[in-house]
Amino acid sequence: MSFSSDAAPLVSARGLTKRFAGFTAVHGIDFDVARGEAFGFLGPNGAGKTSTMRMIGCVSPVTAGTLSVLGMDPARDGPLIRARIGVVPQTDILDDELSTLENLIVYGRYFDIPRGESRRRAVELLDFAQLTEKAGARVQTLSGGMKRRLTIARSLINQPELLLLDEPTTGLDPQARHLLWDRLYALKRRGATLVLTTHYMDEAEQLCDRLVIMDGGRIAAEGSPRELIEHHSTREVLELRFPEMAGEEQRDGHIDTVLADLGDRIEHLAERVILYTDDGEAASIAVHERGLRPESVLVRRSTLEDVFLRLTGRTLID
Amino acid sequence: MTSALRVLEHDLRFYRQTWRGTLTSTFVSPVLFLAALGLGLGTFVDQSGNNVIPGVSYAAFVGPALLMTQAMQAAIFECSYPLMGKFEWRKTFTGILATPVSVGGLFAGEVMWLSFRLAVGAIGFFVALLLFGLVFAPSGILAIPIAILTGLGFALPMFAFTATITKDEPFALIFRFIQIPLFLFSGAFFPISSLPPVLAAIAWLTPIANGIEIARAATLGTLDASALPHLAVILAWVVVGGIVALRQTTRRLVV
Repeated sequence: MSFSSDAAPLVSARGLTKRFAGFTAVHGIDFDVARGEAFGFLGPNGAGKTSTMRMIGCVSPVTAGTLSVLGMDPARDGPLIRARIGVVPQTDILDDELSTLENLIVYGRYFDIPRGESRRRAVELLDFAQLTEKAGARVQTLSGGMKRRLTIARSLINQPELLLLDEPTTGLDPQARHLLWDRLYALKRRGATLVLTTHYMDEAEQLCDRLVIMDGGRIAAEGSPRELIEHHSTREVLELRFPEMAGEEQRDGHIDTVLADLGDRIEHLAERVILYTDDGEAASIAVHERGLRPESVLVRRSTLEDVFLRLTGRTLID
Repeated sequence: MTSALRVLEHDLRFYRQTWRGTLTSTFVSPVLFLAALGLGLGTFVDQSGNNVIPGVSYAAFVGPALLMTQAMQAAIFECSYPLMGKFEWRKTFTGILATPVSVGGLFAGEVMWLSFRLAVGAIGFFVALLLFGLVFAPSGILAIPIAILTGLGFALPMFAFTATITKDEPFALIFRFIQIPLFLFSGAFFPISSLPPVLAAIAWLTPIANGIEIARAATLGTLDASALPHLAVILAWVVVGGIVALRQTTRRLVV
């Protein structure tokens, strides 16, 4: 086994590629995840996030390129690596017929954790996941948010150095999401390294120190949430809503001419015009002075969502 | 090996939660079948003087065969919906492979589980045979391992098949068009020699006909070297079925 120093990345990929029969899910991507970092893969459906996660989790063979996880090669040391990582899959995989506590104990056995120790850790993890009251309840009876927390607790039974979370909060209500973020943040504070995929911008902004935006199997941008906004968007955004108007093309052309010098970029949606500018307030005043009468005006700060939509487009991906 | 035991442990933990539901098929239905076919129908057959094997009651003829058909049914069923659940609906296998367990260990553990499940059913049925006085020699105990092997002769090919599908429609067809004909025409109720030659030849290629032949000889105390070719057919199904099942399972789960 190779010895890895603290400075060496926990996960390192060069030219990482995943091909399935007839299509390429991941197109030669490069990235490094440092110890203690929360690293995100952000992207629309089909961007290659899950395929990448499955390769890091050593359950899906690498087609081409190199990948090292915890300083080891997944092709050779899969079981050794898997013993030291935790995986939260996109959909909960739990034993419905067993109790909450038993689900954790049983899973711990796969890591060769002695039964007593597995039980001790299970009790601790239920407390961490705020499920202690549900220890004896069958999984069938838990809510979606509770199941998700149980899945996360289960992924921690082997005290992993690296935790892989594939869309950890998809489908949860806001309360459940915030509780989950809180738990993940607590893990991060304890020094765990988190790698997660998401298509929620707020989740990425909340949790990730650094992230890559993936699209069509490639990395479109990389950086901290703040850096990405600075590089790929303006400081502020002015949203103008216009009621339905006749002659749409004519309208767009007209608005473009009037607003051209007020911002970096103009985007037209069905009933909205979005102006990317560094000073939203000034632009908003200028819009009025130039005789445009939008139904409503909104000035807001740029978010990761603006970056995301700019880089991956507005076309709906199913 | 350890990882296979962990997989088995998980299955057993699950079984502990659900075994009550399997009681009927394991212990009650053998008694019903033996009573109806052995004692009920058997009385008529025996009185008619048309015994298949001279001097052997119909109950003694049919009893060990039912032990084998039960193993076949349990094997095919266990590798249908429950296995589909592990592959597809509950993704149990996906969860297991995220741990240090590899696909080989997972498969070995599942084969151990199937063997255990078949053993429980076979022992239950064997006890019923004893209670009905249908075991005539100590060699009769061999019917239990033969039932497990015969069961695996069906379970493993079925495992291979289930590993390749994502929808459960084919199961109903398999039950109807493979399992029931095999149950009826594999020498359990009347000798295979009374089938048309083509069908008889087909019957002898299946694990069930060969298993019945050995189990019957074992309980009647007439077991000899003539059982070896029958055993060879069963083992061929187990080995080939096992190889294909492991390959299909890998293909399904390691992508």
